[in-house]
Order: sequence, then C-alpha cells, then structure tokens
Amino acid sequence: MQVPARFEYEVATSVEGAISLLQRYGSETRLLAGGHSLIPMMKLRLASPEVLVDIHRLDKDLRYIRDDGGTLRIGALARHKDVLESELVKEHYTLLTDAETMIADPLVRNMGTVGGALANGDPAEDLPAAFVALGAEVVARGPDGERTIAVEDLYTGPYETVLEPVDIITELRCSRQPAGSAYFKVERRAGDYASAAIGVALNLADGKIEDVRIGMCGVGSTTLRARETEELLRGQRPGAELYGRAGERAAEESNPLEDARGTAPYKRDLVRVLVGRALEKAVERAEVV
Amino acid sequence: MHIQVNVNGEMREADVEPRLLLVHFIRDYLGLTGTHWGCDTSNCGACTVHLDGEPVKSCTILAVRADGHEVTTIEGIWSGTGLTPVQEGFHEEHGLQCGFCTPGMIMTATALLERNPDPTEEEIRAAISGNLCRCTGYENIIRAVRWAADHRTAREEVSA
Ligand SMILES: Cc1cc2nc3c(=O)[nH]c(=O)nc-3n(C[C@H](O)[C@H](O)[C@H](O)COP(=O)(O)OP(=O)(O)OC[C@H]3O[C@@H](n4cnc5c(N)ncnc54)[C@H](O)[C@@H]3O)c2cc1C
Ligand code: FES
Ligand code: FES
Repeated sequence: MQVPARFEYEVATSVEGAISLLQRYGSETRLLAGGHSLIPMMKLRLASPEVLVDIHRLDKDLRYIRDDGGTLRIGALARHKDVLESELVKEHYTLLTDAETMIADPLVRNMGTVGGALANGDPAEDLPAAFVALGAEVVARGPDGERTIAVEDLYTGPYETVLEPVDIITELRCSRQPAGSAYFKVERRAGDYASAAIGVALNLADGKIEDVRIGMCGVGSTTLRARETEELLRGQRPGAELYGRAGERAAEESNPLEDARGTAPYKRDLVRVLVGRALEKAVERAEVV
Repeated sequence: MHIQVNVNGEMREADVEPRLLLVHFIRDYLGLTGTHWGCDTSNCGACTVHLDGEPVKSCTILAVRADGHEVTTIEGIWSGTGLTPVQEGFHEEHGLQCGFCTPGMIMTATALLERNPDPTEEEIRAAISGNLCRCTGYENIIRAVRWAADHRTAREEVSA
C-alpha cells in the first residue's frame, strides 16, 4: 500500500492566507491544488513536504476562465475539465482544447488544475508547451505583491521554476489571440504523458506566416520554445515543403532524453513529424477565420 | 484532524491523519468496500467515486480534502427499488466478468449519462478512458453503457 509520509495539513481560505501560511511554515511547505501530481509523487517519496497548504477552498476567487477585452484570463484553480469545456478557449485558443482532450483522462481532468500543471515543472506536462506557443504569462503573488513571468521563462530545470517557495500562481494570462493554433501529441496509451507533443500558434498576413510561436513538450529537460524554427517560418508562404524544413529544424532544436516513453532518436523524429502536422492544422484554422 | 463528510447522504465523522487517502477512509473507516482499490498509481479508476457530483479517483485524494464535501460511492447510487439502468445494462450486456473494475466503471458511466444522456460510442470510450478493465473487454462495457442510455430515456418517456 502506498501512502504519503506524514505531514501537517492546513486549509487556506484566501490567497493572502495561503501566502502567510507558506511564510509561516518555511521552505518544506507545498501548496496542494488538485493533488494529481503532488500526491502520486508523495506516495513514491519523490516529494516529502512537511506541510501542505490546501488551496481548493479558493475556488471562489481562482476558478474562472474569461475574456478581458481580448486578453484570456484563466484562474489558477480552473480545472483541466473547465478548459476543455470552455467555448471561449475552443473558438480562439484551439490548441488548448486539442491539448486537453489528450491530457490524462476525464477523472484526472476533474481534479487537476491549470496552476498546478504550470507550477509542477514536469517537462512532459502538456499545458506549459501550449502556453509557450500562445506567449502566455503566469501571474504570481507573494508577500511583496504580484509579478508576471512569461511561461517560457518559468522553468530552470526539471521540476524547477523561478517561483519562490512563498509564491502562489493566481492566474494565467494571454494577451495574444492567434488566428490559428493546434496541439499534436503522441502518447504510448490513452491518458499517458507525451512521448513528444508540439503546440503551434500563428497569424497569417497576405498569405504569409507571421508571428508564429512553437512550444515543445517532453523533448528536453524543460518545456522548450523552438525559436530557430519560428525564425525560419516567419514571412514564408505556408506549404508542405516549408513544414518539412521546419520539422527538421525543430528536431535539431529539441533535446530529448531516452526514457520509458521512447528513445531520443524516436522522440526527435516525433518532433519532426508533429511540427509539420501542427503547422498544417494551425494554418488551415487560420485560413478559415 | 476531525473531518465531516457527507457520504451517500449521511454525515460521517472521524479523526484521521492528513495522509489518509479517501479510498482508505471509505473502505477501512466506513466499511464501504464496494469502492475498489487497484493500482495505487492513479491509473486504473477502480477507486472512482463522486466528489460533489464529479467522478474522481479516490486513491489520489486526501480524506481531509473531502471535509465538508459530498461523496457518493457505488453503495449510494442504488435507489433501493432495483438496479439502476447502468447496473442493469452491465447485467444485460455482460459488462463484467471478475467485477473488479465494475464499481468504478459504473460510477463513471453514471456521471456521464447525467451530463450527456445520449452519448455516442466515441463519447463513451473517451469517458471511460480512465477506467481500466483487464478481463471483460471494453466492447461489452460500451454496449452496457449504451443499453443504459437507451433504457434510461425509455423510462423517462414512460414516466413523463
Ligand atoms: C494518471 C495521470 C495521468 C496524467 N496525465 C497527464 C498528461 O497526459 N499530461 C499532463 O500534462 N498532465 C498529466 N497529469 C498531471 C495532471 O494534469 C495534474 O493534475 C496537473 O499537472 C497538476 O495539477 P494539480 O492541480 O493536480 O497540482 P498539484 O498536484 O496539487 O500540485 C503540483 C505542484 O504544483 C504546486 N502548485 C499547485 N498549484 C499551485 C499554485 N496555484 N501556485 C503555485 N504552486 C502551485 C504544488 O505545490 C505542487 O508542487 C496526469 C496525472 C495523473 C494522475
Ligand atoms: S486505485 Fe485509484 S486509480 Fe487505481
Ligand atoms: S471485469 Fe474484471 S477487470 Fe473489468
């Protein structure tokens, strides 16, 4: 039987309250949101926090998805399920809907939160790659107030972020609304983490690709942004030949490690193929608008 | 920590360690052993219960997290006057063999039909993708859920 090691448990009733609990108990304290990354890690002793601060009672403040004059705002406690079911997301940020249909399973999606998915720092987590493609930023609040961090700057290594132990992510914000976007993932079996996954978000101007961003999941020690590939695509006319070159460049930019989900060359090849598919789909969606 | 959980419509109280998992609270403290406990790795769905009406994996939730919330287990979906349409569907379409996955499957299927009374085969497959069955095979389970959808609607029409 797997059970977590002993810990103390506190329930926060406000964001400020959560921050002061984090301050009071010190660095061996963790926030508990959906618990669907943290509890499995605690069962395996990959994490052994001394104190958990449960934030699920902050739903009233932090569970929302809304449009704020063209800026998408997702509260940290929005569940995967909320993102999947959001019409706003489906219409304007379609790659998030693509990603959510393939994140875990419906039972896990009822519990797992957007804030948890971003804070966890697992390079195989899907939402960070999708949010990198969108150019989104997290809003983090700590004892000294609020700051924003671009999702692509959030990670310093596997399960490592620039967040302080006393910070709480309150919101995910995205001011850029792409004309077309798509997320493609290969998984070994339904509900598994990605062997590799790619998110693309772009705009077209005069039939040419403009303002394109690509996020890569599961193919590096952190979530990656394929900057050189974006550079190669900018100002070009979409088409199969271009997608092929972009896929090859992204495969070079990726840095996968071999694990149970595949060998490094296999994952690299997935990047090549998935970048092509995601670009084609994103362009197709952009052209319909 | 002292917790109060509404389980199957009844207020249950206990003093528990924070690290106690909801599945063990349900089975060992309340004696409701219909909720199964299978993989321990959050994959199999044998431990599925409803938390505030949503199907979730109770092996990945702390019992203290359910304090002040509502939990429904397989024992709680039975109205007392016969089988529910979902249970009957599993019977009619041979949706179980060993029965280990069945309580979880039924909790997931029941929640699905409440939200989507007329699911397509694809929607049923997606809905049960977090519940593993190692012996019946999914075809019969999908037919069982479909049977329930058909007969649920038929019953509603009769009673309307
Ligand atoms: C069987 C299974 C399959 C899965 N498959 C996938 C998959 O295919 N793809 C995928 O992307 N994910 C997958 N997941 C992970 C799932 O999506 C998690 O629920 C999610 O990533 C983490 O969210 P959470 O709310 O459960 O976080 P928790 O487990 O509660 O927390 C995770 C970490 O983030 C911290 N944290 C949580 N909220 C905040 C906050 N607001 N501010 C600061 N720190 C915070 C916690 O302290 C902890 O360190 C899977 C999980 C399971 C159990
Ligand atoms: S015992 Fe909970 S998912 Fe398997
Ligand atoms: S009936 Fe045996 S595991 Fe499903």
